[in-house]
Amino acid sequence: MMLPGFPDAAPLDGLIGGALIGVAAAIMLLTLGRIAGVSGIAAKAFGLGGSGLNRMGAWAFVIGLPLGALAVLLARGGLEPSFAGPIPLVIAGLLVGFGTRLGSGCTSGHGVCGISRLSGRSIVATITFMAAGIATVAVMNALGLEVLS
Amino acid sequence: MKTLASLVAGIIFGAGLTIGGMTDPARVRGFLDLFGDWDPTLAFVMGAALIVMAIAWRVVPGMARPLFDDDFHIPGKSELTPSLIGGAVLFGVGWGIAGLCPGPGFAALAIEPLSAAIFVVSMLVGMALLRLMEGKS
Repeated sequence: MMLPGFPDAAPLDGLIGGALIGVAAAIMLLTLGRIAGVSGIAAKAFGLGGSGLNRMGAWAFVIGLPLGALAVLLARGGLEPSFAGPIPLVIAGLLVGFGTRLGSGCTSGHGVCGISRLSGRSIVATITFMAAGIATVAVMNALGLEVLS
Repeated sequence: MKTLASLVAGIIFGAGLTIGGMTDPARVRGFLDLFGDWDPTLAFVMGAALIVMAIAWRVVPGMARPLFDDDFHIPGKSELTPSLIGGAVLFGVGWGIAGLCPGPGFAALAIEPLSAAIFVVSMLVGMALLRLMEGKS
């Protein structure tokens, strides 16, 4: 499926992927009564505070993430993503880890779980991190900083 | 059962992130490149996830308790603090630099292990740093 005016967009993959993310978050909510916030769950798994989920459950969720990705990788016979180099990855990782814990959530907890129940603080957080991300990419592009290989 | 539910949710979540393009930093940065060559794909990811979750939230009030737990554990909605905003800004800058957020970072361990591991370890260090600053060890 093509989106007129956006030859590189993959709207159908986006819808399918998004629906699966929604189903996964719904499983966490309806079976365990928990928010599927990856930053909080990851912090819990590694003993860094975070979600009220038990440690085993947190590990199970975190291990599930690459398993799900692996299944798609095998089904599609390869993916061709481009990643940033080590230095930008370290800087970005530090900011993402520190920021998501300070801000009590990331794209999944605030962006998906929070907004879908019209949580004011999640809406504010999501608008803020999206605006910061958009500004960062705009500034890097203006400076001619290419990070992806 | 609880651990199995978490594992199944994690697998479906990871598959969804990968199909939706969230594990491809070029796709994510394309979405954030609003003033350049914008790629709207992630808006479809977000929209579909929100619709499914909005339905799930409507089911909750009709349930006495979650399937495998005694109670719902849902955080408050309205508490706006400087930390929430400051944290979101720092996270957004990091997201913009490398095009990865926490979920896709872990999922990408299956796709580009070395790059993803560098990101994930740095992210855990960032989480630990905040914890140190907050005085909890």
